Amino acid sequence: MDFPILSAVTFLPLAGAILILLVRSLTNSQTGEEAEDNRVMYAGLVFSVATFLVSLVMLVGFDPDQSGYQFVEETKWYAGISYKMGVDGLSILLILLTTFLTPIALIASIGSIKHRLTEYIVAFLVLETFMIGVFCALDLVLFYVFFEAGLIPMFMIIGVWGGADRIYASFKFFLYTLLGSLFMLAAVIYMYLAAGGTSDIEVLETFAFAPGAQTWLWLAFFASFAVKLPMWPVHTWLPDAHVQAPTAGSVILAGILLKMGGYGLLRFSLPMFPDASELFQPLVFVLSVIAIVYASLVAWRQTDMKKLIAYSSVAHMGFVTLGIFSFTEIGVQGAVFQMISHGLISGALFLIVGVIYDRMHTREIAAYGGLVSKMPIYAALFMLFTMANVGLPGTSGFVGEILTMVGAFQASTWAAAGAALGVIFSAVYMLTLYRRTIFGEVTNPQLETIQDVNIKELICLVPLAVGTLLLGVMPNLVFDVTRESSLRALALLSGG
Amino acid sequence: MFDMESVITTLAPELLLAAAGLIGVLAGAIIGDRFNAISFKLGAVVLFAAAILSGFYWEGGRAFDGLVETSAFVNLAKIVSFVAAGLALLMAESFLERHQTQRYEYSLLVIFAALGMGTILSSADLMTLYLGIEMLSLSSYVLASFHRDSPRSAEAGLKYFVLGALASGMLLYGISLVYGFSGGTSYEALASADPTIGFMFGMVLMIVGLAFKVSAAPMHVWTPDVYEGSPSPVVAFFATAPKMASMVVFVVIMLKAFSSGLDTINLPLVVGLNWQLIIAIVAAASMLVGAFGALIQDNIKRLLGYSSVANMGYALVALSAAAYLPEAVDPSLFADTGSFEAAKAASVAAAQAVTTTGASAIMIFMTAYVIASLGLFGGVLSMRRDGGMVENKHELAGLVRHKPALAIALTVLLVSVSGFPLAFGFIGKLSVIEAAAMSGLLPLIIILIISSVIAMYYYLYIVKIMWFDEPAEVFEPVGGMVTFVVYLTAIASIALFIFVAPFSELAADAAASLLS
Repeated sequence: MDFPILSAVTFLPLAGAILILLVRSLTNSQTGEEAEDNRVMYAGLVFSVATFLVSLVMLVGFDPDQSGYQFVEETKWYAGISYKMGVDGLSILLILLTTFLTPIALIASIGSIKHRLTEYIVAFLVLETFMIGVFCALDLVLFYVFFEAGLIPMFMIIGVWGGADRIYASFKFFLYTLLGSLFMLAAVIYMYLAAGGTSDIEVLETFAFAPGAQTWLWLAFFASFAVKLPMWPVHTWLPDAHVQAPTAGSVILAGILLKMGGYGLLRFSLPMFPDASELFQPLVFVLSVIAIVYASLVAWRQTDMKKLIAYSSVAHMGFVTLGIFSFTEIGVQGAVFQMISHGLISGALFLIVGVIYDRMHTREIAAYGGLVSKMPIYAALFMLFTMANVGLPGTSGFVGEILTMVGAFQASTWAAAGAALGVIFSAVYMLTLYRRTIFGEVTNPQLETIQDVNIKELICLVPLAVGTLLLGVMPNLVFDVTRESSLRALALLSGG
Repeated sequence: MFDMESVITTLAPELLLAAAGLIGVLAGAIIGDRFNAISFKLGAVVLFAAAILSGFYWEGGRAFDGLVETSAFVNLAKIVSFVAAGLALLMAESFLERHQTQRYEYSLLVIFAALGMGTILSSADLMTLYLGIEMLSLSSYVLASFHRDSPRSAEAGLKYFVLGALASGMLLYGISLVYGFSGGTSYEALASADPTIGFMFGMVLMIVGLAFKVSAAPMHVWTPDVYEGSPSPVVAFFATAPKMASMVVFVVIMLKAFSSGLDTINLPLVVGLNWQLIIAIVAAASMLVGAFGALIQDNIKRLLGYSSVANMGYALVALSAAAYLPEAVDPSLFADTGSFEAAKAASVAAAQAVTTTGASAIMIFMTAYVIASLGLFGGVLSMRRDGGMVENKHELAGLVRHKPALAIALTVLLVSVSGFPLAFGFIGKLSVIEAAAMSGLLPLIIILIISSVIAMYYYLYIVKIMWFDEPAEVFEPVGGMVTFVVYLTAIASIALFIFVAPFSELAADAAASLLS
């Protein structure tokens, strides 16, 4: 393919951001400082929707029967490092998820972000570029650059537009992730040297690192991905970041940034360090089960809705690691599916919380109750996503959980049993949340005048609801794309 | 026989600087105060011309019976140092004008300091080295106290002088010991000297003196005080050009003069001059002192002072990695080939690969550091309110609201100096870690990672002040040159990140020239 479509998808948002900044700084000098209006928002939307359309074009051109990388572009950067981009079945869907969620996140911000709108839009577009870059990069150093660079816009989003404790949360988010990533950087450099001066992922995938070195490299990569995912016990930045971030920031954080960790494990840890991956399988299983059970129990006791959903994310990411480290086709496929499904569901749940937060300016569960009589459409949508998060058959959440558990069951009965416990707990905390906010008497007098979801919120939520249901009944839409690539990852794992 | 041609190919930039400096002194004496205004632009032109000359005689040469010798490696350092000095000089003008100290002596002192830098970079003998270091230092002492009506500036100059003289004394004592035990002062003679205990004492004392010049811990104590007290444009100069020159000289001396480890490789594991551990400890101490020291600083100049200590630590990691290691003679190579000559050649080649990687890493890292520091001090010079400088980092509050371009440029520079992706500093740190990994210095890599995360906190804190906090009062406009340098360095930091290939190849070639 001659047209560099991957670079186009990746850098279109960045180009938009630069354009918006330039136009803005030119018009600012004429109209004065605070002349911000929704035109910036529309410009941002145009670029993010255009990116989505280009990524759709890419999906159409993608051949799912081919197991290798497609749309590969390569330009030498320096020394043995190149600007190499390419996608396979694993990454293309995550790119699509990114380009799909970003416009939704921007729409959700209309009206709720009241100051420094230009910078807000620019931060989101820049973040989108880096997120897509992470999934496209076929060079380890390039991957690292995108992986790290995304921290800066997210730091800004939490720090400028976040809640009362935003400074603490943004620093914690940044420094936690950075510490993990720097260990990965050291490992990347070691691999670069060991492989004779190349950081090409396709070369490294088939390069046999010595088993002793693999152990350390695996741990260094795991340090980074476990923080990003996040896994217990390095998950503590996530509740803080989620609670303080604006709604759209939470959507992107839960929807895409967390997936980078799972993607990294699948893309790098398994194929490149097969011996170490098998060595550490029990460790990952134990951590995953602890994450699922512990995070579910903690979620149950939360009084803050966003924190509850943040802990539920930790639990659901536990299924992803469980599936990936089951080393079975069904488990890996399930893990990828779970990542995409969780991207839709958790994004939707944060939007759901955002809807009532915008009206009431509190996320305390106790402040709500009886919303069903005031906001019927809202209650219905909330019900759908609650059920999807619990893993009700017919929603995408079910497919992801059941497949990862089936995969884990083949590897370890105990791990699967522990994870199953987590499914029960997820029903407990989600239904508790739903009952306490939606049902019961209207006790808070301020709720008397609350409005049901408006058009803007419907535009955000309905596509996510459709996606959740569609993937729930037609999961093959995902599996057809990811099958060959999952098999390839497993073949590399078993030394094929 | 005096060979003019070799003198020119070796010392052309220094000859230009010396001539310009002397003519400047005469011109000042004759024309007087009217010379003040144009001396800055002229001085910068001379410095840029010196940089061009260094590039013109890229391969360098050898002159005065081996007292001076240049190579591509030192010429690259000269180019960066001279350009940095020239830009620092341009930034100084408007500042000095406002403080009624815009005098031609300033640019002459910078030119003489640059001459000192050129001399140490060209030196191949301890005599020329000492001469150059003193020329650089004496000019620096005067520059530190240039703001002569200010007690702080005088204090800074005095502190710098007293401590600097002590360090020079140590260096000189080291030189005399080294000379006494080896019988020679040229780097060549030292390289083949027998590493006796007295020789090693001399080497350690020389390392102390050099560590002072690059402000590496534990000889860093002067840095924050002198940075705080000296006039800001002087600090912009101190933190960039002399650091680059001194660090590269440090590398040249360690790799050329104290390299007897390589020549004594006759058997695997013969103990040669193993200074790797000394440098590694100094590097580790600098990284940690720089990282923790800056955490509690409110004064932005002190903060950048500690940041420069940490950055020198990172550069020294690469120097430590570049050490010729006698242990690099891998006994297994002997077993594999069965031939001692083949094993020796293979291990020498391996050691040389490590050394060139380390040396080019230092070059890339220091260049990135110099570019970012120059811009950051330009940012400090922009902090001007009510007719005076403000130096508390909180004065930058909400800068993005009234000067978005400046805030973005400073953010880019902070990202670069912290070694985070998207700016040139990342390539520098990547090269340093690569060199350290190649030498197997795992403990240093771990310390580097930890101190980078700590350092990230205070860089991020400045970003936070500029972006998140409520805006403080608007800064007064400063001279166009300061703004120009800030934008230029910010753009260069990003451009060199994306298009780094030519520069990294240049640095690799230059590093290879060091060994030939």
